[in-house]
Amino acid sequence: MRLLANLLIVILAAGFSVQSWSSTAAQDPSTADHSKFEQLQGPFATGPDVTEACLGCHTEAAKQLHKTSHWTWAFENPVTGQMLGKKNVVNNFCVAAASNWPRCTSCHIGFGWKDDTFDLTSEKNVDCLACHDTTDTYKKFPTGAGHPNYEPKKWPPKKGKTRQPPDLVRIAQNVGTPDRDNCGNCHFYGGGGDGVKHGHLDSSMHKPTRDTDVHMDIDGLNFSCQTCHTTGGHEIAGSRYATTAVDKEGIDVPGRTDNARATCVSCHDTAPHGAAANSKLDEHVDKIACETCHIPTFARGGRKTKTWWDWSTAGRKDQHGKPLVIKDPQGYDTYNFKKGDFRWEANVAPEYRWYNGRIDFSTLGEKIDDTGVVSINRLNGSYDDPDSRIWPFKVMRGRQPYDTVNKVLAVPHLFGKDSEAYWKSFDWGRAIKAGLAATGQEFSGEYDFIETEYFWPVTHMVAPKEEALSCQSCHSRDGRMAELKGFYMPGRDRFEWLDLGGALVVLGTLGGVSLHGLARLVASRRRRNP
Amino acid sequence: MQRVYMYSRFLRLWHWLQALLVITLLLTGFEVHGTVQLFGYEEAAGYHRLAAWTLLGLWALAWFWHLTTGEWKQYIPSPIDRILAMMRYYGLGIFKGDPHPFHKDRWHRHNPLQRMAYLSLHIMIGPVIWISGLAYIFYPYLAGYGLSLTPIALLHTLGAFLMLAFLIVHLYLALTTSDKPLGFLKGMITGYEEIEDEKTTSA
Repeated sequence: MRLLANLLIVILAAGFSVQSWSSTAAQDPSTADHSKFEQLQGPFATGPDVTEACLGCHTEAAKQLHKTSHWTWAFENPVTGQMLGKKNVVNNFCVAAASNWPRCTSCHIGFGWKDDTFDLTSEKNVDCLACHDTTDTYKKFPTGAGHPNYEPKKWPPKKGKTRQPPDLVRIAQNVGTPDRDNCGNCHFYGGGGDGVKHGHLDSSMHKPTRDTDVHMDIDGLNFSCQTCHTTGGHEIAGSRYATTAVDKEGIDVPGRTDNARATCVSCHDTAPHGAAANSKLDEHVDKIACETCHIPTFARGGRKTKTWWDWSTAGRKDQHGKPLVIKDPQGYDTYNFKKGDFRWEANVAPEYRWYNGRIDFSTLGEKIDDTGVVSINRLNGSYDDPDSRIWPFKVMRGRQPYDTVNKVLAVPHLFGKDSEAYWKSFDWGRAIKAGLAATGQEFSGEYDFIETEYFWPVTHMVAPKEEALSCQSCHSRDGRMAELKGFYMPGRDRFEWLDLGGALVVLGTLGGVSLHGLARLVASRRRRNP
Repeated sequence: MQRVYMYSRFLRLWHWLQALLVITLLLTGFEVHGTVQLFGYEEAAGYHRLAAWTLLGLWALAWFWHLTTGEWKQYIPSPIDRILAMMRYYGLGIFKGDPHPFHKDRWHRHNPLQRMAYLSLHIMIGPVIWISGLAYIFYPYLAGYGLSLTPIALLHTLGAFLMLAFLIVHLYLALTTSDKPLGFLKGMITGYEEIEDEKTTSA
């Protein structure tokens, strides 16, 4: 009996050990324990010192990164030939990185991009830790031009909490494959705060629920970003500048396709709904992007996203002469003296447009037409174009400064210790002059504010299938597609003259037979009782 | 009076199934069109497709039946004077209690106006609906040939209005003009109809 019990214990123990071995293997497939590396014993004074240690073994890593837009902040659009990337485009959040470098480059994967003189060929200024920290303790300081703080430092300045410098040795010894947090630490906070820019990427995606993102659901598939944004040699698949609006290649098979899984189709195929589903669904894929139905709303994780930013009202003070800040009940700024008026929204229904993957951007110094709303990026596509699909967009709208004589969008110099910076002087004239000068442009001296719009394709926060849009969401008179013109859509469209004529014919017929029947009734009564 | 076996089993099956399908198609079709709300768009569209395919199959059988049994001859238009006589009857005689100008028998089931009406149903309204309907179903695969949904939907909607108007007139005449109350309805159910013996005219 005892023998049997012992045997049972041995078997159980063996079972457990096998199980624990396999689960560790699944979590950390690395063949190296970086804490055992001599080069990583420290101490490290700065981030670049850590990078030098990394490059001692990973000799090609920095060279690989130097080619990516994560490093260059420049991207040549293969379709339009336009030179894009954060360095060259304008938006309607903080408008442009130029002249505001140290603030913006706190999200650059490098160290020290504090002005135009930054050396883009420097290897030791590549920041390995931003992406490879697995301890979640590495934080670049918001105004540090990409550096973390190496001394205790307050953020926000003066009245904020003190941030301790990160333990670079511990972090360096625990590097690993990036997870959602590494990507999210920048991409969830684009535009200057949580969820501000994209709305389909925000802090709820660190640990998303099934409802927020069916693929990244921490209790379900728990995808990392790279599950879809496949990587190789530090290049990452998927681009907002050069969107794959239509993927005709089907499931991505190594050796046969491009090894990029950044489209829905690369896993779900071109007829994704299955034999059990309404066949009409698969018949929609020639016109509708997957995201259109399967991301019914964005900013779905309990965070709001910014949808309106009016710079023209910035600079106001309250009745006590103090800089004015107004917050909504959830604590979101609806007015901030530094930035103007904001609108924030959660569970936002996207706007829909025909889109073939080509977007033309307004870049620095481009002439604008100031007679109406300025589209900072312009979508291409139409119903008649077989390579266009109806895509969902977050449309960011706002009012921003422009040079009324030279007809260019202003590059406001917002951030800096100098007195030309708007957030020091609160003088638009000086800020615009300094910003334009920093990009080699001359300011006429005349400025005003103009309404702009900017289209952001919505691709993340894919909902569980039961949350997808229903047919009726679009096939109804005032449905989601009400704005899209130029084609007939059942349930939404009709020929008013035909409906009117048809109604007249039907009602006329009804009236006619009713009168005829009534007359017969009266006539037969008369015949019987003359 | 004699009892005539007027409506064969297939004809009755065809008639009633067609009636059910046409009414279903009108209801679901006008829901897809956005005019009424009954089942929800997806369900309406699904029922509409199912009923449409069933009706197409039924119509194929009916065409075959008409052609092989000689029943098609019952739709040959009558001479104009008989058509005019029928119009005079519905416009005038019916109020005065005049006798029906047309005598029906097994091989002359339709009066001259019915011949015109049913012929146009079979060779005009029907085809407008099923040709545009098939194009409606298959247009995603026809888009390469420059076929747009706009004219397809237009014709299909036009067909629906004509069918609805036809249905109204048909129901009125079928339910109210028989000698005995609901005599035609009974005939279409049992197959047998009571017919006057005297010989007046044939269509």
